[in-house]
Amino acid sequence: MTATAVPATGTGRRRSGRSGRPVEAGKAFNRLAATCLTLFALIWLVPFLWALITSLRPDNEISAHPMRPWSNNWNLDAYRSAWESSPIGWWYVNSFIISTLAVVFTVVVCSMAAFALVHLGFRGKSAVFALILAGLMLPTEALVLPQFMEFRALHLLGTYWAIVLPAVALPVAVFVFHAFIKGIPVALIEAARLDGASWWRVYSVVVMPLCRPAISAVAILTFITSWNAFLWPLLVLTHVKTQTIPVGLSGLIGGAAIQYAETMASSVLGILPLLAVFLLLQRQIAQGVANTGIK
Amino acid sequence: MTTSALAAPATGARTELRATGGRAPKGENRAGWLFATPFLVLYVLFLIGPVLIGVAISLFNTTTVTSGVGSWVGLSNYADVLSSGDFWASMWHSVLFTLLTTPLLVLLPLLFAILASRIVRNQWFYRLAFFAPYVVPSSAVCLIFAFMYTPQTGLITNVFGWFGLTAPNFLGSTSGAWFAVVLLTLWWTFGFNFILYTAAIQDISEEVYEAASIDGAGPWQQISSITVPLLRPTMSLVLILQVLASLKVFDQIYILLAGGPNYSTRPVIEYIYDTGFTSYRGGYAAAATMVYFVILVAVSVGWILVRNQRAAAARRESTR
Repeated sequence: MTATAVPATGTGRRRSGRSGRPVEAGKAFNRLAATCLTLFALIWLVPFLWALITSLRPDNEISAHPMRPWSNNWNLDAYRSAWESSPIGWWYVNSFIISTLAVVFTVVVCSMAAFALVHLGFRGKSAVFALILAGLMLPTEALVLPQFMEFRALHLLGTYWAIVLPAVALPVAVFVFHAFIKGIPVALIEAARLDGASWWRVYSVVVMPLCRPAISAVAILTFITSWNAFLWPLLVLTHVKTQTIPVGLSGLIGGAAIQYAETMASSVLGILPLLAVFLLLQRQIAQGVANTGIK
Repeated sequence: MTTSALAAPATGARTELRATGGRAPKGENRAGWLFATPFLVLYVLFLIGPVLIGVAISLFNTTTVTSGVGSWVGLSNYADVLSSGDFWASMWHSVLFTLLTTPLLVLLPLLFAILASRIVRNQWFYRLAFFAPYVVPSSAVCLIFAFMYTPQTGLITNVFGWFGLTAPNFLGSTSGAWFAVVLLTLWWTFGFNFILYTAAIQDISEEVYEAASIDGAGPWQQISSITVPLLRPTMSLVLILQVLASLKVFDQIYILLAGGPNYSTRPVIEYIYDTGFTSYRGGYAAAATMVYFVILVAVSVGWILVRNQRAAAARRESTR
């Protein structure tokens, strides 16, 4: 059920107008459902709004009237001091470089493996397939300690590579590409081979351009997961300036009960980049999650 | 990152064997290995590697401060782990977290996805509200919730007051801490399961509902006799994904509570982190890692076995 449905796109609104003859009871039920749902959706937005409002109010006003959702003195001071007191700029840069590298390598490496599994008969293929399948059940985040020992032995601790390399061989990404590449007509590939194209050319010029939906699904989800990764970067990136957004922000937790506005400003800054990506690519992200079940 | 497409296996493997039946031409064999090599190298080095290293150092009294493995101690690390009260306490905290979050995160998103499917307009709004928290880093979530949990002045503390209730001491008492972490987790990860259900509901054919409504089935009947039964496989998938994710809890509890108060919420991963990186007992922590690893793999394998058995039983049923 998982990696198979990728090619299907635009499931967005198949369901308009449920029944031909809407029954009165059905209408009332739907109205009740809409009310309930809207209420809960609004509640779900409260933490975002509360953080935003708090970040724009002066601290003394927050402690004097903690529950007041407006201010007589809206200002951006908290953002300035948040930016100055911690190297958020560096965290952005580190997170961005790490996530981008992870995306590029994951897409290339996993799509190549999937291409080989679909179109190239090689000895030991079923063993390779079984190995990747077994990898789906490997709880990698449970293994941070031995992983740490390994990277120390390789002298890679504290580098971007320590974060990027373990993220690249992603079994679920192989299956997403595998399902998609299987849907590409074999005739296209045979025609290219008859024209004398090498396997590399077939992969890079024929197959990959047709894989765009699978590429975007894998890319988006790899980006989100590696941007939000916490435990492994926490262990590996020990210098404040080399940290990523989630690791850096976690160090500010003590301030949540003292420097309200500044702490909330920092979290708003930490949320912004991915929230922007999310707002732009809402449908693709939801689609990608539904199809891959990456958690 | 958890890869959790546990459902993919069965269908994929069978079609694969067919393709490998014939002998591959020589060039194809070489090309195949060249294409698969980058993946396999990284996979063996960084996914299989840590498992083997974990097994190896769990048999030595390795410390995390110096390099080198230390001296051979056999299985004594395992004996220590299995008889350690702290290990089992932290194991219980992870299980308790799973017991507290799983029912909520399997059933509530189902309910809301069903409600959302009955509404034509504003789908994007529900998706935005419920799913946006999923893309927020755990530490930002914790900062915001820590602020809302502040005694006296915090938003959530005050909401309790509106209903005439006294808020628990969210970050200072054990029961309050569990409440705080579960509520935060519900807010943060609700959208993920919501999206899985929504996608599954959209795959149910429109005609089934039309037939039902012509037969005079009301909305409640449609939900209970069409939607819910057809969503069983999705529920089972969401359940296992949720159990595995909850058993691996670390971020929220570590950032918000540091496993406190007084280690009373510390999950296994944090226990491993503490023994391995704070007390530097590498060999011991590796043994704890392997015990935990085996438990997680056993849960996944158990789920797959049950699922295959069910599927086989269903097939027998239908051919009869």
